[in-house]
Amino acid sequence: MDTIPTAKSRAILFDMVRCTGCRGCINACLKTHDFKGEAKDTTELSATAYTAMRTEGEFNVRQMCRHCVTPSCASVCPVGALHKTDLGPVVYDESKCIGCRYCMVACPFNVPRYEWNSPVPAVRKCDMCIDRLKEGKPTACAEACRFGATVCGTREELVAEARKRIAEDPDMYYDHIYGEKELGGTNVMFITPQPIESLGYKAKLGETPLPNLTWNVLEKLPGVVVVGGAALSAFWWITNRRDEVSAAHAAAKHDATNGGTHKASGENDHDRA
Amino acid sequence: MTALERPRMSFWKAVFLAIVAVGLVLCYVRFTKGLGAVTNLSDKFPWGLWVGFDLLCGVGLAAGGFVITATVYIFHIERLRPVVRATILTAFLGYILVVSALMFDIGRPWAMWHPLVMWNPHSVMFEVSWCVTLYTTVLFLEFSGMIFEKLKWPRAMKVQHAITLPCVVAGVLLSTLHQSSLGTVYLIVPGKLHALWYTQTLPILFWISSVAAGLAMLIFESRLSSKAFGRQLEMPILSEAGRVLAAVLGVYGALRVYDLGTRGMFGQALDFSYESRMFLLEFVGGLLVPFVMLLFPKVRANAKWLYGAAVLTILGFVTNRLNVSITGFEGAQGGTYLPSVSETLITVFFVALGFGAFALGVRHLNIYPENEEKHGAGTKTAKPEVGSAIEATAAAPVVREMATAVRIPTA
Repeated sequence: MDTIPTAKSRAILFDMVRCTGCRGCINACLKTHDFKGEAKDTTELSATAYTAMRTEGEFNVRQMCRHCVTPSCASVCPVGALHKTDLGPVVYDESKCIGCRYCMVACPFNVPRYEWNSPVPAVRKCDMCIDRLKEGKPTACAEACRFGATVCGTREELVAEARKRIAEDPDMYYDHIYGEKELGGTNVMFITPQPIESLGYKAKLGETPLPNLTWNVLEKLPGVVVVGGAALSAFWWITNRRDEVSAAHAAAKHDATNGGTHKASGENDHDRA
Repeated sequence: MTALERPRMSFWKAVFLAIVAVGLVLCYVRFTKGLGAVTNLSDKFPWGLWVGFDLLCGVGLAAGGFVITATVYIFHIERLRPVVRATILTAFLGYILVVSALMFDIGRPWAMWHPLVMWNPHSVMFEVSWCVTLYTTVLFLEFSGMIFEKLKWPRAMKVQHAITLPCVVAGVLLSTLHQSSLGTVYLIVPGKLHALWYTQTLPILFWISSVAAGLAMLIFESRLSSKAFGRQLEMPILSEAGRVLAAVLGVYGALRVYDLGTRGMFGQALDFSYESRMFLLEFVGGLLVPFVMLLFPKVRANAKWLYGAAVLTILGFVTNRLNVSITGFEGAQGGTYLPSVSETLITVFFVALGFGAFALGVRHLNIYPENEEKHGAGTKTAKPEVGSAIEATAAAPVVREMATAVRIPTA
């Protein structure tokens, strides 16, 4: 599996130190997607809120899809309704989705949301404004941010920008780019004033992409089928042969009474040939 | 259990019909108002009772199908042949119910066929959906012999007969893949599933425990059938199944302990936290106790005690699957999940349909040996090739004689 983040893919950097909590990003996201909610009330992700902000002490914690380089959601989707684009975003195709919700179970960040009260439900999550990206524009949330707290650019640029900000003001920042290496890297990265776990983000995720865990097993299955099939057939042949031999002995003894069963033995010989 | 010992069919029929009526109403609500209207599923708990019980347990409890067919057709352990039909019926009904329950659980059941044409080989769920589809087909082919026999279609029986062995081999492979892959499903959530259940050996543990569940179901059903219809398997066969079950439980328990030990989990297993208590319920009540019980020949020879051990094994299996799919997630997801009343009633609806279909099968098809004797007596000597439809093509005459000898009814 491809585990190397593409440098030129589009990404988002969220700088919690610069964020003032104005919720301009949330508002822009709601407007772009024609969602009815109020920005000030949007503290949790939902099927009608692709980004949300809650306060953790004095800090503003933004939630959204991380657009993983090797996304679990896309890996587990049986029909490929979710996939990682070369441009960067992980996007969802409603017309393919069967509604198994494995993406929601598998997402290490608990991002995808479901339309629980619809008879034709779909999975909902941030698409990183892929249509805007295609036109060369930044995401709606980045465009709305007046403080440089949410910025859009190539992943390479943003990693460099994050390093620069941390280096220029080491007292204000915790020296870690959350998402640079976590789970093989994500296209949404955070820099924070404190260790991320103290801010309610999932920490200690490791650097190995999670899809490797299932692929390690799945890639062995063709071998299991071939070896298993051969072993079962071999077992059958041995036990069958053993029965035939003992049957032949028995038939020799009870030739007169077992007329009908000779045919069965004959069939077996035929099967084997 | 007293109600079962003196079956009052009118009462149970009334219960059955009431459950079906409620189920149909809830079915209407589910498909017009969405999953939220009938379930307690949420963004924190996208999978609940229907995945944990209907799917994981349904598939596991159907495992007798591949275990017994392999034992009889591949390894030629003929004394278990009288069991074949009951386990195939169970497995076939089990898979039909799993597919039906999935139609309720997945959000867009009309798109259920998508995995057959929209491939993602990296997805365990893709593998699972192919296994369900193919194995249900194989089970139908294995089961069709009983229908052809009932309809007296000798030519169809002959065709069905000829493909029995390939079906058995395919069935064993598909089942092995399917049972284990339900464990593989959870390998992608190391950060969410509690470490008492999250382990790299989940696929193997799921496979072995399904073998135990399949054997326990065999003992369980035979007893129920004997109470309801006076049809059952003979004690020597059930005792034999109990002996094998003890061995499987022993291997499963040893592997479980070894796995927990190597990961340094004994402390957490015994600290009496919520997870620890649920683990002990599963491990002690549903594994250790039935295992120790089945070690005693007296337990295995006594119908009631054997039945008790089987029921404990089944309950332990169900607890394990619910722990993996629900309990183990509650800590990381920060909350609890309990199924809603409607959600539970829909599961009860499916279980009731399963019992009903099994009862119909036992009554009208040639499932248990007492029945088979009655039907099969004439064909056995005259036309062996159109005798019992499920009889192996490969069965040698002497072995067939042996099998028939075992089948003499006790009554």
